[in-house]
Amino acid sequence: MRLSPRQVAAFLGRRLLFSAVVLLGVLVLVFLLVQLVPGDPIRLALGTRYTQEAYDALRAASGLDRPLGEQFLSYVGSALTGDLGVSFRSGEPVTQLLLQRLPATVSLALVGIGIALLIAVPAGIWSALHEGRVSDAIIRVTSQLGVSVPDFWMGMLLILLFSTTLGLLPSSGYVPITEDVGGWARRVALPGLTVGLVAAAIMTRYIRSAVLEVASMSYVRTARSKGLPAGVVVGRHVLRNALVPVLTIAGIQLATILGGVIVVEVVFAWPGLGRLVYDSVAARDYSMIQGSVLLIAVMFLLINLLVDVLYALVDPRIRLA
Amino acid sequence: MSATTEQTAEPTGRLSTVRVLATNPVTVVSAVVLAAVVVVALLAPWVAPYGVNAVDVANALQPPSAAHWFGTDDLGRDLFSRVVVAARVSLQVAVVSVAFAFVVGVAVGVVSGYVGGVVDTVLMRVVDVMFAFPVLLLALAIVAILQPGMATTMLAIGIVYTPIFARVARASTLSVRNEPYVQVARTMGVSGRSILGRHVLPNITGPLIVQTSLSLAFAILSEAALSFLGLGIQPPAPSWGGMLFAAQGFLSQAWWMSVFPGAAIFVTVLAFNLLGDGLRDVLDPKQRTLIESRRRR
Repeated sequence: MRLSPRQVAAFLGRRLLFSAVVLLGVLVLVFLLVQLVPGDPIRLALGTRYTQEAYDALRAASGLDRPLGEQFLSYVGSALTGDLGVSFRSGEPVTQLLLQRLPATVSLALVGIGIALLIAVPAGIWSALHEGRVSDAIIRVTSQLGVSVPDFWMGMLLILLFSTTLGLLPSSGYVPITEDVGGWARRVALPGLTVGLVAAAIMTRYIRSAVLEVASMSYVRTARSKGLPAGVVVGRHVLRNALVPVLTIAGIQLATILGGVIVVEVVFAWPGLGRLVYDSVAARDYSMIQGSVLLIAVMFLLINLLVDVLYALVDPRIRLA
Repeated sequence: MSATTEQTAEPTGRLSTVRVLATNPVTVVSAVVLAAVVVVALLAPWVAPYGVNAVDVANALQPPSAAHWFGTDDLGRDLFSRVVVAARVSLQVAVVSVAFAFVVGVAVGVVSGYVGGVVDTVLMRVVDVMFAFPVLLLALAIVAILQPGMATTMLAIGIVYTPIFARVARASTLSVRNEPYVQVARTMGVSGRSILGRHVLPNITGPLIVQTSLSLAFAILSEAALSFLGLGIQPPAPSWGGMLFAAQGFLSQAWWMSVFPGAAIFVTVLAFNLLGDGLRDVLDPKQRTLIESRRRR
């Protein structure tokens, strides 16, 4: 049964409201981050550069001298208009610094998810359709191994193999894709492979069980008993219906990669958001930490929202309860 | 099965669980590997042939040999000794942080699921907000607020894994709440607290045990990542992640510095994951029927 536009609209409305509530919670938590620092965050951020004038200027610029409630309202108001304050360290606008780093992380995440899909979709489907055979066992064991590997260790092993030993690819550095496509591709290869292999391991397991679940449905049994050729049953009934869970896991993985590439970016000296979070934490640049944590959490929320919406639109059976 | 004769003394449910677990070779092997890791970690001071911080510059960057099984690092410290002692640190952090997540998460989840209403709505929205942050990012933010160190690492990882326990506990509680035996207890006027303690908790342990094993694996990975970033366990205390960070500068000269600590993380995490999968097959009723129905086909 197809959903009426009204039902879809009601679902979208509820889902949007839910995201808005979570977003408000995220804002509260990110706002509290600076308040929870024991001691004076501005003094900590200034460190050895401390002078009374610098202190007063930064304190007034960050608004930390005002009452808590007022600070929160002004923080939310500014954040919603894209103003995340200035970096405690460099004095530059946080939003501008974040936007500078965003392309590197997004390009790495897209390469990673691309590699993951190229591996996981065929492997997961093959594994499910050959359940219990040797090839299924090999795929399952490999993906279990992949799930247990720390991503930064995988990165180091790839550097050890492809850079240090074989000398095929550079071990670090970044060139924007807009400047030099070839140079970008050579540099994104190893970090992209690191991110992609780990994500592929998780996705293969998920896709395998999704295909198995669809294959055990009664309509697949019916199709089979009607005497349809195996290829038609698999193509028309099993894979088409398994597409929805594949879409879901790909979205979730993309969100996870965007927020989780911190360590990989550090290993490969990749100047993205993750590296920025790391540098900000090390430098106790709290406004920068706030900004990057907020941006990553919002991207995470948006992708999950998008996945849910697509899910509802693609899968007519979705229960709108 | 030699256990048949003792069966009458034990509740049959529990015994058959152990027996089913024992028939899965993967589960048995991973349990044995984990037991070995735990024993080595507990006996670390006696197992380690050298002191963890025994600097021996004359023997720096030596490849694996009879004297140094895993080779030596840039300061000539014995890597085998450091990997062994770091196992103790890693397991300690993982166990304490998962225990924290378990206690807080289960309390939140059970209360949320059992009480329902506004309490449930508020608690679950808080959990939703925490789920909006990627795990490592949330842990980093917590470390940024507090000073890096072992206690902060435990707290950060504990907080990060609390929501998942809350969700698992809540879902299980919801499914148990309307079981006839709980409803009968309620009509008989048994207090909420004793219904939770006597009827709900014992019946949701299966999924929680599974989650514990999987969370231990994730906690070890998270601790390694934090320590790798220099924001977890602080030197001179050895940690697998910290050792890997140090190894980065010597990738071309000393492969052993990056291979052995990484392999230690990998083997331990793999064992916890496999054990978790094995436990899920047996303890998670839904999964169990799935497996059994498949076996029958």
